Amino acid sequence: MWYVLLVSNMNDKADVWQGTLALMVLKTIETMGPLHGYGIARRIEQTSGNLLSLNYGTLYPALLKLEQEGSIASAWGVSENNRKAKFYKLTRQGRKQLEKEARDWQQATAILARFLSPSGDAV
Amino acid sequence: MRRLRASLVRLAGLGPATRRERELADEIESHLQLHIDDNIRAGMRPEQARRDALLKLGGVEPTKEAYRDRRSVPLLENLWRDTRYAIRQLRKNPGFTGTAVLVLGLGICASAAIFAFVDATLIKPLPYRDPARLVGLFETVQFCPRCPLSYPDYLDWKRLNKVFTAVDAFEGTGFTLRSGAGSEMAGGARVTAAFFRTLGVAPALGRDFRAGEDTPEAPPTVVLSYAAWQKRFAGNAHVLGQTVTLNGDVHTIVGVLPAGFHFAAAGDPEFWAALRTNANSCYQTRGCHSLHAVARLRDGVSIDAADANIKLIAGQLEKQYTSNVGQGGSAISLVELEVGRIRPILIVLLSGAGLLLLIACVNVSSLMLVRAESRKREIAVRSALGGSRARLVSQFVTEAVVVVASATVLGVTSAHWLIGILIGLIGADQLAGMPFLQGLGLNFHVLVFAAAVALAAAVLFSFAPASRSFSPDLREGLAEGGRGSAGTTWRRLGANLVVAELAIAVVLLVGAGLLGKSFYRLLHVDMGMRPDHLATLQIAEPQAIRADNTKVVAMAHEVTNTVARLPGVESVAISSMLPVRGGNTMWIRVIGRPFHGEHNEVGYRQVSAGYFTTLRAKLLRGRYFTEADDASKPPVVIIDHALAEKYFPGEDAVGKQIAYTPASAKPMEIVGIVEDIKEGPLDETTWPTLYVAFTQDPDDHFSLAVRTSKGEQALLPTLAATIHRIDPGIATYDPRTMRDRIDNTPAAYLRRCSAWLVGGFALLALLLGAAGLYGVIAYSVSRRTREIGVRMALGAQPATVYRLILREAGWLIAAGLAIGLVASVAAATLLRGLLFGVRSADPETLAAVAAGLGAAALLASYIPARRAASIDPVDALRAE
Repeated sequence: MWYVLLVSNMNDKADVWQGTLALMVLKTIETMGPLHGYGIARRIEQTSGNLLSLNYGTLYPALLKLEQEGSIASAWGVSENNRKAKFYKLTRQGRKQLEKEARDWQQATAILARFLSPSGDAV
Repeated sequence: MRRLRASLVRLAGLGPATRRERELADEIESHLQLHIDDNIRAGMRPEQARRDALLKLGGVEPTKEAYRDRRSVPLLENLWRDTRYAIRQLRKNPGFTGTAVLVLGLGICASAAIFAFVDATLIKPLPYRDPARLVGLFETVQFCPRCPLSYPDYLDWKRLNKVFTAVDAFEGTGFTLRSGAGSEMAGGARVTAAFFRTLGVAPALGRDFRAGEDTPEAPPTVVLSYAAWQKRFAGNAHVLGQTVTLNGDVHTIVGVLPAGFHFAAAGDPEFWAALRTNANSCYQTRGCHSLHAVARLRDGVSIDAADANIKLIAGQLEKQYTSNVGQGGSAISLVELEVGRIRPILIVLLSGAGLLLLIACVNVSSLMLVRAESRKREIAVRSALGGSRARLVSQFVTEAVVVVASATVLGVTSAHWLIGILIGLIGADQLAGMPFLQGLGLNFHVLVFAAAVALAAAVLFSFAPASRSFSPDLREGLAEGGRGSAGTTWRRLGANLVVAELAIAVVLLVGAGLLGKSFYRLLHVDMGMRPDHLATLQIAEPQAIRADNTKVVAMAHEVTNTVARLPGVESVAISSMLPVRGGNTMWIRVIGRPFHGEHNEVGYRQVSAGYFTTLRAKLLRGRYFTEADDASKPPVVIIDHALAEKYFPGEDAVGKQIAYTPASAKPMEIVGIVEDIKEGPLDETTWPTLYVAFTQDPDDHFSLAVRTSKGEQALLPTLAATIHRIDPGIATYDPRTMRDRIDNTPAAYLRRCSAWLVGGFALLALLLGAAGLYGVIAYSVSRRTREIGVRMALGAQPATVYRLILREAGWLIAAGLAIGLVASVAAATLLRGLLFGVRSADPETLAAVAAGLGAAALLASYIPARRAASIDPVDALRAE
């Protein structure tokens, strides 16, 4: 639900979305190893249990941004079904960024979860 | 850190992008292929698979667009694209671009060049410590508000004042300088010992004068100006301790002043000698006024308070000494003293340049508006296609910035050149009197000024057209095409701009007219003499003979006799001071009338027998001096008409006797009365003048006036060479024709410069105003082609069409003239200080300007009117 909400507000909350999308991209590449844009997009959809409906085109600027920041690197290669494709892999800096951002997210969601839990310790 | 890296990468992405573009296309193509493969594997038909892949991607172009935005900095990239587009657009339209850049460049050039002068004179501080706390001190008498002090008065002022931390005296003078070839005159000054410390100036080399070095006992010392050090000693570092012979005395060089130092009040001398009280017998007499004084205010004392204190002391001295009767005192800011004379003209010129700039801006804005108007349809189409308002406005802004930037470059470059021309126009002689103008050029201040003007212009030109180009209703813009209602709004606005332009042009033309007329009046003032065909030269006799009056007279005779034998020379005369230069004064009393020590101050000149005939002055009564009036005869004098009127009203002065005021002074008989000669400044009434015979009262410094039947300019070098052959010890200086001398008096050249410059500005303003009017009328005609076609088809005659168009122009011209004339009468009060023989509301000038501008404006509107009248109705209607 959370992600869907973000997606539907994509135009208004581009920054939040971009940040979240970047994290998902990094995590996907970490899990799957070097992967092309299409693969990353599909993988994100699958992982979200198809709750998240991604406009694939939005992925490319996000990939470019990560590459400009030095978190990922790209190289042309050949896909499993013999198509030429650009593969993205995590750099050392990207790995560190992923660790940090994942931790931050977990912390943030944990805090929010406490607020939203019915037992309501915080109230 | 990551951000920074990303920004750098993005900035690097600004360049040409062909390779990256191909890579992007490849990547998206590969993405689609992979997706299509998957879809086909899932059982879709090929076309369906592709369609689905495209849908899921969100379109190829939008993806690429988003990617590109991220790739580099969109703002910069747009700017780059806008700039290139702007340059392309401007190049496609060279007429518009050239005119706009030229007109604005002209305005920037004029205002930046004038601003350079204003900066050097009024903004840049004088090269002294805390110059605002320095004042000049003067004695005041009825006819002379800023008169020199006497040495005893200076000492009393210094001792009695309660407002100054220091008071020092100086006297600008000339020194006869012994040099290898012979003698020459060099600009010099005598100053009291603490003078440079009072100004707060430290020498660049050596020291300034020590306390006590201005006494008769101390050995003579001299401080060099930086220019003299460079010119006469080639900047030699070992110059200290060397000697120079000034007026026959050997002076030791003790210091060199810094390069930036100048002191116009003393004539910016080369040699600064300590003022030794025995140097000039004048220093011992309270009634002999030859010094100026500069003083530094105590903390917290205002100039007004200092002035009051000086007036108080002058009042005490007036009671104490008969020589001081009628003498007040005044303290004036030194800054005012140095630059006060040219401040009014600079303000006038800056205003003139400002108005020209304004008219140029109005002109260019109306050009921009017309252009924006004609692009209305393009703008409407672009916004209908999704161009955002901000992007479209930024297009206008970029275009304006490109135009302004080109104009600024053009303007500043040509300002550099214009400054050179203006310096040339002022002339080397006047420049020496305005040392603050040395090294004038495009400095930081001027560039900042030009940048500020450019910024203001860019803002004006960006928003004026941008604000007009967006009709609230898009459809209107699209539908309008090339004609219709919006034309009328433009016509109204454009018309207002033209009225403003014409009004400004009127103000400038009236200013130029008044200044030109003043200048004319000044040059045609009754001189009481014939200034043409007169060569003049100043002479200092050798130091060795100066003490002996017989020898001084004999040498003067030899000089005049030798020069008189030169070919073409008609007559030669001597005077202690040439006309239009002012000069010394004396106090007189009339023998046989009661005298109570009042100061009857009269101008005073020692002249040779041939003076009045050589100048072609007019004898009213009595006789001229003759060679027979020598030291052995009783003293005789000639007076001018003004003196006769003032002291002998209703009587015949010839045969009466006068004397100087000391009781011991010998009576002198008046033998003649001459018509007033313009001995003082051209723009002042002639002060009563007394002429004494040079042979009876000689001077070792005098001026030579030579009337020649040939060209007087060509005579000047011969004159100096001839005199040097008599005795190389005679110093000659300042060879100039009389005409040149008159033209270069401050009264004349200040008015000449302002008249020429304001005249130039006015002419340009007239051109721009006429061009603006032409533009508006021509535009209006092009808008009304159809209307005129219909009228003519219905039987209107060409004359009717002329009337139609010219009536529209006539209203604009009349409005511009009316507003301009009213404004110029108000503006002319600003000029009052520069006017001479003309009232600020001079009906003749106003009428001439109205007629001239009216004619030019009618001509400018006649051209489009003729085009309107020659419209072929068939063509005009078919064109729709």
